[in-house]
Amino acid sequence: MSEGHSTYTPKTGIERWFDARLPLPRLVYDSFIAYPVPRNLNYAWTFGGILAIMLVSQIITGIVLAMHYAADTSLAFDSVEKIMRDVNSGWLLRYLHATGASFFFVAVYVHIFRGLYYGSYKAPRELLWILGCIIYLLMMATAFMGYVLPWGQMSFWGATVITGFFSAIPLVGEWIQQLLLGGFAVDNPTLNRFFSLHYLLPFMIAGVVVLHVWALHVVGQSNPTGIEVKSKTDTVAFTPYATIKDAFGMIVFLFFFAYFVFYIPNFLMAPDNYIVANPLKTPAHIVPEWYFLPFYAILRAITFNIGPINSKLGGVICMFGAIVMLFLVPWLDTSKVRSAVYRPWYKLFFWLFVADAILLGWLGSQPAEGSYVFMAQMATLFYFAFFLVALPVLGLIETPRRLPNSITEAVLEKNKGGGGHPAGATAAPETKG
Amino acid sequence: MKKILTSLALIGLVAAGTGAAGTWAIAAEEAHNAAAPTHFPIDEPKEISWSFAGPFGTYDKGQLQRGLKVYKEVCSACHSMNLVAFRTLSDLGYSDAQIKTLSAEYTIHDGPNDAGDMFDRPGKPSDHFPAPFANEQAAASANGGAAPPDMSLLAKARGVERGFPQFFFDIFTQYAAGGPDYIHSLLTGYDETPPAGMVIPEGTHYNPYFMSGVSLKMPKPLSDGQVTYDDGSPQTVDQYSRDVSAFLMWAAEPHMEDRKKTGFRVLVFLLLFGALVYLTKRKVWEGVAH
Repeated sequence: MSEGHSTYTPKTGIERWFDARLPLPRLVYDSFIAYPVPRNLNYAWTFGGILAIMLVSQIITGIVLAMHYAADTSLAFDSVEKIMRDVNSGWLLRYLHATGASFFFVAVYVHIFRGLYYGSYKAPRELLWILGCIIYLLMMATAFMGYVLPWGQMSFWGATVITGFFSAIPLVGEWIQQLLLGGFAVDNPTLNRFFSLHYLLPFMIAGVVVLHVWALHVVGQSNPTGIEVKSKTDTVAFTPYATIKDAFGMIVFLFFFAYFVFYIPNFLMAPDNYIVANPLKTPAHIVPEWYFLPFYAILRAITFNIGPINSKLGGVICMFGAIVMLFLVPWLDTSKVRSAVYRPWYKLFFWLFVADAILLGWLGSQPAEGSYVFMAQMATLFYFAFFLVALPVLGLIETPRRLPNSITEAVLEKNKGGGGHPAGATAAPETKG
Repeated sequence: MKKILTSLALIGLVAAGTGAAGTWAIAAEEAHNAAAPTHFPIDEPKEISWSFAGPFGTYDKGQLQRGLKVYKEVCSACHSMNLVAFRTLSDLGYSDAQIKTLSAEYTIHDGPNDAGDMFDRPGKPSDHFPAPFANEQAAASANGGAAPPDMSLLAKARGVERGFPQFFFDIFTQYAAGGPDYIHSLLTGYDETPPAGMVIPEGTHYNPYFMSGVSLKMPKPLSDGQVTYDDGSPQTVDQYSRDVSAFLMWAAEPHMEDRKKTGFRVLVFLLLFGALVYLTKRKVWEGVAH
């Protein structure tokens, strides 16, 4: 929809000179100013922009932190403390970076759940969705390796547990594990390669984000009704409409982020990570960061062998399977209607799924014993049933509510009696006083 | 917006329901046996109202100075504080001259000098607190096999799990004193008598506030009147424990006051800026049904 519809007209000589040689101003104008967005986007759609600023913030704080950090097992912990104590505003940089990782995941989870709720993954946005899943996967790898760098107790033991998963893979597992670790156990080579990769991956994320945004600008944004844009009255220009709304969403998000950074920066961190790593002393509970907890619960829920697959391998398969499900969503969902707004049953199952994910997260933080195990097994079962049963079956048997004919009709219906402006007005917003 | 709030409330309710049901199920599962507890600490740490708590909290300099005195005269016999430099004691209200005198009381093992020899010299403000033992092995062998933990970060490295739903409320109350609360409770918890029938391993000391068992190797470190205060504060175990816990919080988080002060400005800015952007947004979208 953005192809071949450039409305950019260079006004100054410099712009004309550039446009004839490298039409970068045209690209920016078409992508971030004239780009038409559905007029009915709600605040859930501001999280894409929020994620973009979080990525930039993480990269900037990370680069400065790397100037002071030493990736060596005998220096790493103290170098982080030096940042906290002696580097000018070092405490701010580190807390922004560590809490920023958590808030990056808060935003990405809202973004993913928004996609699931409004069916944003459906044709023609499958590739857009899959690129998003790849970004999520890269984020998880980056966050995991970043958590190892301070070389605290949880860094060390988290790395030991998570790299241990790979040894469950038949034949090549141990080889992969040793390649990751650079040896037989988590040690200096591990820390060195994790630091190197932790510096590399964010730029790979940035690369995939470019593809993600490119794909978005080809197919256009979805919207709460799930109906495709049909006419000009369905859309508004990105600037000023989406820009100002995104800006407000970002500020609200930054407010919560700042609250955590400045008042409770250690709330999301394990106290154990303020103890320097000790390979001879295992912490009482090894718990990953909160954003991995649902997957950790799924991993530990498999306590039984299935035929030739032992419980360890079964757990690893389920854990990775839980992420693979996301990649398959565009083809698992059989519904012709996108948005949960018009799908009463899907809406119910969606919220149950959200509750299930939170429950799994809580179970992941608890010891794997007693009735926690059974609860985790039931929650895991529901997790997979949502993707493998609810998504395909609901699409076939559910009777959706009546869909409006267009975004404009939906908007006007919603605003009936509320003094909604006639539809044509949005096509020429610049004519308004 | 209303929809988002309703949805959030719904998630909250479902999560709270499942969480509460789960906790109840687990609690029902564990038969209580006072003589052989399975979860530690036996008693939750007591919550103290600290001067540094809350959005405008600041360290009480007098308290930190008393805490430093307790550390110097008692704790430092076994516990190192490797990350803290003398120069940073200016945070406690000491002048440069006082810090110079204070650091000169310590002997620092330095070297090698031009002749290649190690030597001892008086401490300088740029030095860190010297450790009581030459190395971790020496510390361990002098203390029954386990080295006493370094105290630089102790107030952030300890904390009893708050559990559901308390950890959620902690966000709004800004509870961040798990470490000092724990240290204070542990230091004042030695006088409690163990329940009848409880087996206390030889060479350890019962303490219901200890995080990892019924007892710990460290004997009761403080007793009433042990450290002389010259500012009229009570010379009790409870007061010593409060003072040294506050001091350790400062040692672990020396820039806390700066952090909270900056935070307040940032939040006020975001609030005002957010309000302006919201009004602009209203104006821009005025007349555009959405």
